[in-house]
Amino acid sequence: MRSALYTIGAAVLGCAALWQATDGLRAITAEGARRVTIADSPAPVPPIELETMSGEMRPLGSGGPTLIEFIYTTCPTICQTSGGDFAELRDHLHASGLVVPMISVSFDPEQDDLDALRNYAELHSATGKPWTVARPQVADLPALLRTFRVTVIPDNWGGYEHNIAVLLINGDGKFAGVFDTRAFDDIAHAVEQAL
Amino acid sequence: MIKALISTVFFASAALAQTWVADDPVIHVLVQMPLLAAAGYLLPHRFTLPHTMIGPVLLLALVTCVIWMLPRSVDAALSDTGWHLAKFVTLPLGSGLALSLTWPTIGPVLRGFIKAQVISMLLLLGFLYTHAPIRICNSYLVEDQHRLGVGFVTVALGLTLWWIIPAFLGKPITLLKDKPHDLPGLGYKLF
Repeated sequence: MRSALYTIGAAVLGCAALWQATDGLRAITAEGARRVTIADSPAPVPPIELETMSGEMRPLGSGGPTLIEFIYTTCPTICQTSGGDFAELRDHLHASGLVVPMISVSFDPEQDDLDALRNYAELHSATGKPWTVARPQVADLPALLRTFRVTVIPDNWGGYEHNIAVLLINGDGKFAGVFDTRAFDDIAHAVEQAL
Repeated sequence: MIKALISTVFFASAALAQTWVADDPVIHVLVQMPLLAAAGYLLPHRFTLPHTMIGPVLLLALVTCVIWMLPRSVDAALSDTGWHLAKFVTLPLGSGLALSLTWPTIGPVLRGFIKAQVISMLLLLGFLYTHAPIRICNSYLVEDQHRLGVGFVTVALGLTLWWIIPAFLGKPITLLKDKPHDLPGLGYKLF
């Protein structure tokens, strides 16, 4: 009898531990955890300045809700797809009457000079308003990637693999949402809420 | 004595493997983690669990294994110091030692059940890692994720052979009431 009680007690504790480890059975991957925990508790964005493709410095996390995504311009695969997705997102938001700044941020500022940023912008029809392409200072990069929980690892072909998503900074300058690059309706809804 | 030595060697090898875990998920999940659990399993002890604690300690072992099966735990062990240290404590003590305390005392049906669960779970993970359209671990490349999936399937097939072959070679036993210690036995006594 006591044995059964102890076992049930342990089972309850075990379920609680699993519940805790998966954020309430909502996330079994690190990417899932990023989405769930950021939606629950937005994280402050450090005062970091980005250099946009036109050469001006622009503080991140000010100026109202902003959508960003991380890319590197020499990326042959998902960054190009996501560049196309970002363009579609801009058109989608525009059609819904939502205009918010959108920034493609390079996590490879050493390789990506302003010319590279401009070429990427031209390729994907980013005109600077509302969508621009920018890069951080090299020294700010680790803090930036940590804040947005972006993991960048070198692949075996001289490029990188990284977790790609559309990220929302809300009106309070906090990192408040992570979305699939094609979840246009979800993003539009979140932007509407944040405005 | 020899068990203590092997346990130490396993733990030291696992610590040494840390050099490569960030680059190769197969070394991380299928070499280092099993080494840590085995180090705990072989840890010499003279402790016999009170009967009432067998269920709870077995559950501790299972829950520890399930938590370390989550892809996000694998990522966290690379990116978070707390998780990194927890790996070296919970896998040896929470899974390995807990299993060695309980395994000799549980019956053949439960043993068979756990073995079947282990195999099916490894095959499920193998399928997931080879077929997922997304990256499951942010810390690893897609091709490495695929290799890990193949590794899971290989281990599952290996364990299946290891546990099934004795079933065909062993002699069927009858469960005699006057020899209760015959009850908990190797897997083949199930059949």
